[in-house]
Amino acid sequence: VALLPATAFADAVEDWITAYTGGAAMEEGGVTITAPEIAENGNTVPVSVSAEGATEIVLVATGNPTPGLGRFTFGPGSGAPMIATRIRLGRTQDVVAIAKMADGTFKTTRVEVKVTIGGCGG
Amino acid sequence: MMTDVRPRIRLPRSASAGDSITVKTLINHDMETGQRRNSAGETIPRQIINRFTCEFNGVMVIDVAMEPAISANPYMEFEAVVPESGEFVFTWYDDNGEVYTATEAFEVS
Repeated sequence: VALLPATAFADAVEDWITAYTGGAAMEEGGVTITAPEIAENGNTVPVSVSAEGATEIVLVATGNPTPGLGRFTFGPGSGAPMIATRIRLGRTQDVVAIAKMADGTFKTTRVEVKVTIGGCGG
Repeated sequence: MMTDVRPRIRLPRSASAGDSITVKTLINHDMETGQRRNSAGETIPRQIINRFTCEFNGVMVIDVAMEPAISANPYMEFEAVVPESGEFVFTWYDDNGEVYTATEAFEVS
């Protein structure tokens, strides 16, 4: 995998987030991400995210070839706005969670994960 | 390639009507990212499960849009409300058009 300049990643991430939120302001906090500080294997990094009052959560990778990780939409049968899954991280980077609240506003938080062996399998 | 896709579901043994229970699901799948190259230097085409849904008695619990950065053998853990006894339906949608389904009965006390 060819390395792009960090700014190219940053622009792609910004564009991705703006496309999701429609450019709306995001409140910092109110979203909890649980992920390891150091992931020895970037191929499978356990991550869980929750946000009280959210109807949907998206997870975004700031240093992968593509920013999107997943979009989790909670239906009427959901017991809590939370999800735990496993993700691929190509290198050390921030993982961003954006929660869409029932009133249409957005909350966000980010956490850094240090990756020892990258998970893009190139 | 995906000849033996086998979903696995884990539910608690018991719950009372109206409880929220933790649901754990796993399905074996390479989740080929489309970023990798083979030994000849050719890009290996993307083939991932791009969507996962869970319903209980026809009510949507969670609907997940998955990207290539979800790990191989995708794992999903989430909370579902069980207002009464019934059936969970889990569905995974593959890029190649295949749909994998699993059902699991659940009885409340």
